[in-house]
This record gives sequence, C-alpha cells and structure tokens, in this order.
Amino acid sequence: MSTAAAPVGPAEAVAAPAPEERKRGWTGYLLLAPAMLWLLVFFIIPMVSLVSTSLYDPSGSLETGYSMTGHIANYVDTLSEYSKQFIRSIIYAGIATLACLLLGYPLAYAIAFKAGRWKNLMLVAVIAPFFTSFLIRTLSWQLILGDQAWVADILRGIGLLGEEGHLMATPLAVVTGITYNFLPFMVLPLYASLEKIDPRLHEAGADLYASPFTTFRKVTVPLSMPGVVAGTLLTFIPAAGDYINAQLLGNPQTTMIGNVIQNLFDGGSYPEAAALSVTLMAAIVVMVLVYINRAGTEELV
Amino acid sequence: MNGRLGKWVGDHIVLLVGLLVLLYMFMPIFIVVLMSFNDPASKNSYSFDGFTWHNWLNPCEPIGMCDAVTLSIRIGFLATIGATALGTLMAFALVRHRFKGRSVANIFTFLPMASPEIVMGSSLLALFVSAGFAGTLGFWTILIAHIMFCLSFVVVTVKARLAGLDPRLEQAAMDLYANEWQTFWRVTFPLVFPGILAAALLSFSLSFDDFIITNLNSGQEVTFPMYVWGAAQRGIPPQINVIGSVMFFLALFLVISSEVFQRRRARVTA
Repeated sequence: MSTAAAPVGPAEAVAAPAPEERKRGWTGYLLLAPAMLWLLVFFIIPMVSLVSTSLYDPSGSLETGYSMTGHIANYVDTLSEYSKQFIRSIIYAGIATLACLLLGYPLAYAIAFKAGRWKNLMLVAVIAPFFTSFLIRTLSWQLILGDQAWVADILRGIGLLGEEGHLMATPLAVVTGITYNFLPFMVLPLYASLEKIDPRLHEAGADLYASPFTTFRKVTVPLSMPGVVAGTLLTFIPAAGDYINAQLLGNPQTTMIGNVIQNLFDGGSYPEAAALSVTLMAAIVVMVLVYINRAGTEELV
Repeated sequence: MNGRLGKWVGDHIVLLVGLLVLLYMFMPIFIVVLMSFNDPASKNSYSFDGFTWHNWLNPCEPIGMCDAVTLSIRIGFLATIGATALGTLMAFALVRHRFKGRSVANIFTFLPMASPEIVMGSSLLALFVSAGFAGTLGFWTILIAHIMFCLSFVVVTVKARLAGLDPRLEQAAMDLYANEWQTFWRVTFPLVFPGILAAALLSFSLSFDDFIITNLNSGQEVTFPMYVWGAAQRGIPPQINVIGSVMFFLALFLVISSEVFQRRRARVTA
C-alpha cells in the first residue's frame, strides 16, 4: 500500500526542467486550483474547526448543541486525565520507530547493495504484505502471538518466557504489531537514499584502509541520513496516533491516545476528544520540528 | 575451509538479515492464506482446526460481509478517480509551471501525510458536525475524506515520475512540428502514464484499507475494514481471510505483470 511512502524518491532528478524553464502564466494556477481547494476545504478548514470544537462547553451534546465558551479548561482536564495514555503512545511509537530502524536498515541496505538481480523482486516483497488489509494482518498477529502458537512455545522452551507467561495482550505485542505495520514506511525511504550512494565510495573507503565497519560508519550512515530522517518521521507520526494495534493486540493497560480519542468521540464527548486531538497534533509538530532541526536536513518533500 | 566459510557468511550476513526481516513481514500473510482454508471448530477458534474448501466456495456466507466489500470497492473506485485527477493536475503544475506560493503548495501536500489519521479523521468530523451534517454522515463524507488523504500520495508519485522525464523529448516533438496539444498527448502523457497508474493503484489500496478516518466519518455505513473490526469483537469468520488472500494475490499479480510488461517493452525498444 505504500509504494509512494517515499517522498524522498528521485523528486528532483537531473532531467527536471530548471526553474527558469518552467512555464509562466495562468495555466499553473488553474491546474493547481482543484487540488488546493480540496485540501483547503477538507484538510485546513477541518483543523480550524477541530480547534474551535475543542473550546466548546463540554456540557453540551450533539442533540442539544454546543455553545462556544472558549473553554480552555478542556485541554487541562483531558491532559491531566489521560496523560498516562499520552506518554505511553509516545513511548510505544518511539520504541517501534527504533525497532523499525534496526530491522529496516539491514533490509534496505541488502536491497540496495547486495540483492543484485533480485533487487526488484525484493522491493515488491517489501510492499507485497501491504496489499492485504491492515486489520486482517494485525488480526493474524493474534494467532502468531497466541498462547498455543509455536513462537510462545519456543520462547518458553529457551526460558525467555515463563511457563505462565503470555505474549498476546502485552505491551510487547502492541509494539511488535506497530513495528510490523509501519516497517515499509521505514524501508522505502531508507532504500531511496541508500540507492543513491555510489558503491565506488565503499571501495574508496576500503582503499584508504578503512575497515568495512568504519566505511559504513563514516560514509554510508551520513549519506543515508535523509532516508533515516524521512523514515523515522513516516513511522513515528502514524504510530503515535494508531489505536488498532493497542486495541487488537493489547489489554486495557496498553491503551494509547488514539483509543482514548476514538472512545470519547463514540461517547459523544466531542470537545474533550477534539482537545486531545489538537494536543496530539501540536505535540507531534513540535517534536518533528525539533527533530528536523537537530538532524539538520530539509530534504523531506 | 573455516576461513572461507567465515568470509562467505561475512559477505552475505546483511543479505541474510534482510531476508529474515522479509520473513517477518510475510509471516502474517502465510497465516491469512492458511486460515482462509480453516474449518473452525467454534466461532471464537484461534487455531487451525481442519482443512476445507468451504470458505472459498461460499465467500459471501457471513451476513453483510460482501455488502461491505462492495461498498469499499465503490468508494475506492470513486476516490481513486477523484484523487488521481486532482493530484495529477497538481503534480503537473508543481513540476512544469511557475507560480507564486510554491512553498505553500508543497506544505499543503506534505501536511496530510504528516498528520496522524486520528487527527485528520476527528477534524473532518468536527467540520461535518459544525456544518450541520452530523445526521448525514455516510457514503459522501467517506468519499470526501478518502479523496483528501489519497491526494498527497498521488501528487508525490506523479511528481517523481514527471521530474524524471527528459524535457528534450518534448522539445524534439515540438521541433518536429507537433503542437502543444499533440506533444502532450503523444509524448508527455504516455511517458507519465506509468506514474499515474501507480498513483491510482496506491490510492485504491489506501482507500480500500482505511479504517481510522472512515470509522469516524461513516455514520451508518459499513466498509470492509469496519466489518473486520466489528467481526474482531464477535469472532472472525474465516471468509475474511479469503478476501484478504484474494486482495493479496490480485495486487501481487498486477504488480508482477506490470513489471514483466515493462521489461518486455524495454527489451523491444532496446
């Protein structure tokens, strides 16, 4: 499902017309208008209306209507009540992102440099599992991690899991599910930036008496940083808002902020749900800005 | 001997790790295909109890499931047309035209991809509710939402293809007295078409698979992912895995045949 989860693809390839060759005139605006209008009406304006909903008086309801009272207390109330789920979401998403990086880097590296003629096949294999429904795949993890399944048997056999231990309905299951579900969002941008590295740079490193590991550390890693940044963002952001894994693979002690928001909407507490949504978005924007600033790359879109 | 083995392992260790990661990614697919042949002993059975063709022969047996699949296909189809059309136009504007506010346009496309689904879903719901559409949530609100989140992916995909296009091909066509219209339809469009097709396939699968945004804006309608979600609480009919397997093999077939087609064409032109 995520072939194009690689906004770091060859966006500005060599053959692209130089900016001064681009056509002037009104056609550009005409081509742009429909999509921009759609995004304005159904993405930007909804954000505004989310913020205003978050300031409604929470004593209203869908039937009686809400009154706009500038109820900033919604933010304070929801944050103090659900801070645990909020922090848990950030932690789970962070661990899953790290796990995706550790699993995704060798895979992307293997596809870029070691796969030879199997390169395209391996790329298809990365996205192939995502042709089937997200939910169905997550449900099948229930079986893989179930008490009777061989994974649990093996782990019990080698003593990593106690006789009474479970894999399902644990934080580990939730993080495994998130890692699994967002791994291609990590692999594809990583591959896109690794693939651009000239393999002769590796040879040059070796010629200059660098060990393979030093070459990797001093040449490959720095050159793949745009992919690392894009991949971690594309993994972390959806992971932080996800509630499907927490619901299907977790237990009541693993609920994430997405579960809370969805449940509040289901229960008709729109202002509180909106306030939490705005808080989540704001937290993500701040974290992303700090992160991009630290990582020092602007090659994102 | 030992040294040679060590070197072989050293050379291939990354590849081996990569293949293991791929195995991890495929594990749930094996389970989905396997369970599509399951003959469950009870409604809440979590294990493979016996082999049967029954599920494949009676895919529509669970009440409401095929209606949900049909709805998802209809929405997916319309969302794909809408998003691909709007997104392709925008990609052309971004790559080929000069206009003020380019960075705003870029931010507009990037933002939806950088927002968690729950935030996009809840903000659309907030808009629909405050505009007085709370009672009419359904087919149209789902479609609007799907076009919105597919758009950015179309723009990025088509833009990448268009940016990789050699502008000299179009200049050559113009030199050969093709007018702008002919150049576009005879040269530019066929060359960009694979990108548009990829974007359309991506849109369809994103739309067909979406749960979080749809769940908030669907009113009484039930799409296939919503059916699966509901079934997860009640006990999962094995037919769900039949649909999952069909989707998987169908998409795999499309991707591989387009790959083969492109290779063959490349060989012919070479």
